[in-house]
Parts: sequence; structure tokens; C-alpha cells
Amino acid sequence: MNNKVVAALPLLLALAPSLAMAESASDNYHTYCIQCHGMRGDGMGVNIRDMSVQPRDHTDAKAMGGRSDDEIFKVIKEGGLSISKSVLMPPWGSTFTDNEIHDLVKYLRTLCKCKHGG
Amino acid sequence: MNTRLFLSILFGMTCLLSPQAYAGEDGLSILTSRCATCHNLKGPAPTSLKALWQRKGPDLFYAGNKYRHDWLVTWLQKPVRIRPAGMFYRDHIKPGPKHDVVDESTLKPHLRLNKADAMAVADALMTLKAHSNLVASEKLTPAPSPIGEMMFDKIYGCMACHQIEPGFGGMSGPEAYTAGKRLQAPFMLSYIKNPQAWDPKIWMPNKHVPADNIQQLVNYLIDLSKEDFSDEQ
Repeated sequence: MNNKVVAALPLLLALAPSLAMAESASDNYHTYCIQCHGMRGDGMGVNIRDMSVQPRDHTDAKAMGGRSDDEIFKVIKEGGLSISKSVLMPPWGSTFTDNEIHDLVKYLRTLCKCKHGG
Repeated sequence: MNTRLFLSILFGMTCLLSPQAYAGEDGLSILTSRCATCHNLKGPAPTSLKALWQRKGPDLFYAGNKYRHDWLVTWLQKPVRIRPAGMFYRDHIKPGPKHDVVDESTLKPHLRLNKADAMAVADALMTLKAHSNLVASEKLTPAPSPIGEMMFDKIYGCMACHQIEPGFGGMSGPEAYTAGKRLQAPFMLSYIKNPQAWDPKIWMPNKHVPADNIQQLVNYLIDLSKEDFSDEQ
């Protein structure tokens, strides 16, 4: 084993848990998102009764098609305020890795059956 | 053999066979025998969703840094639900006519202890002190919190998941209106600052609340818990 590989081992070992623990977008969605966005992704989650702003309906192709993938990534990672939307959408950047958020963006596109602008 | 002699022998044999029944059961023994099925007493917290989904009750391996002893003694004798949608809300919801609702049929009552056992268990729980490093530097400065409620409800949106009075607020997190009498202040300060440090996969996000505002939130929660909600429960 050459010296560079040996030197990198501690870093690789440190990264291993996070790499191993990457969760699927569907599992993440059905653990974290459905509390507000609903079991069916329609914005009708168990938490919404007393909310002042209703969560986004992820099955709404028109509304979801109006957001770019970058905007959706940003709002998941940094929260609603980052795109001038509700504070009730929290920042999930300490919960998901960037890769998991990218996967969630793709997953949301399957829920809305839509693309940005179309 | 007369009746008196028979009863004396029976009593003696019973004591020999089951000494704890008369000495009062040790708190750690109760935890191990009756609580460990649903509660993690040794750690660590789940680090995968699969492990998270299997959790049946709150982790207790840091209970001594989390709960107030007096609350534990009272609650263990008369347990009432703290999380409106159970430990993991997804296991206890169903589609409703307007929005998802709690499926009450899936929620089970917590076991109830007598006073002696409740005190023994509370004492034992206070010895479970994992994550002391997370609370070591946390100190609440008690002060009025005039905008604490606004922070909780509007600025940070905590009410989306937590109830601020019985029947008002979100369902997926533990009720907020009892947090102040249930939880130690340093724990609340630390948990709001970084929930994932305590519970890496928990569905409470880190909202990056500045330290001064966390002080306001915790002072608000403590004041809130002093209100009498008995008429609303």
C-alpha cells in the first residue's frame, strides 16, 4: 500500500459512516417531509390544522413546475425564508447531505410529474 | 400444623424466594426488566432511518441530563401522552377527510408505576448521564421573555410541530406546553441549538437559532409550563 493511500485512510474512515448512512429519497421524504406535506404529498400533513400557511402540495404540477431544481434544493437546505417563502418550511441542511437533497429534488419531480417550466 | 405456624412458614419461604418483593425493587432492575423493551438505556441513538423507525419510546440513556426528577416521579405514577402522534408520528397517522390525522387506535398507554417504584426509577434514570459534554456549558439566565411566544410561533415556526396548549399546534413533536416542567433547562438550550447532536436522525430540524434567542425560547417554555391547562385537557 503506498504512502498516499495510508495517509488518506483516517479521512476515508471518518467519511465512511456518512457514506454508509445515505438514505433513499423516498425514505427521507416519508420520515421528515410527510409530517407537514402529507402521506400523499398533497400538503395535507398531520401538522397543518393550526398552520397559518399551508405547506406546498408536491403533487401540484403547475406550482412545482414554477420552481427550478436549484430553488427546490435551496428551500430544502436553507428553509422557506431563503426563497422568500414561509418560515414554517425549516432548513434541513443539518439533517440531509447535499446528495440526499439532490435526490429529494428528483423525488419531488416524480411526485409532481413535472419539470421546471413545463 | 396450626394456621399461625403455616402462615409463618409460608411468609418465610416467600421472602427467601423473592426478597425484592419485600425490599422494594431496585430502580435499575425495573428499568432493565420493564422498560428496556421500548427504551434505549445504553445508547447510542439511531444513526439510520431503519433504526429510527424501530424506536418505540424516547431514548433514556441520557435521561439524567434531560428530565426533571420531580416530573419523572409524578409522571411515572400517572403517565399521560406527551407526543400527540406517538413516538414516531408516521406509525400513528392515517389519511383524514381534510388532512392526515392521528390514528388513536394505534396508540398504547404507558405502563404505570406505584409511588415507590416511580421514585426508584426516577432515581435510576438520573444516573444515566450520556452527553454531559453537551450540557456542561449550557446555563439559562432566567428572565421575562416578552417575545418568546412570537419567536416560538412566528419567527421560528416551532408551533408547526409542537402544541403550545392542549389541542393547538402541531402533532409530530412532543407538546411544548409541558416542556418547562418536564425538561432541564440546559437540555432545552442544547437540544434547540443542535437536535442532531443528541439524536442524529430526529425529524426536528436545526434552525440555527442564535444563543440569545434560545434563551428567550427556553424562558418562554418555562413560563408556559406554569400556566394551568387543566380545563383544556
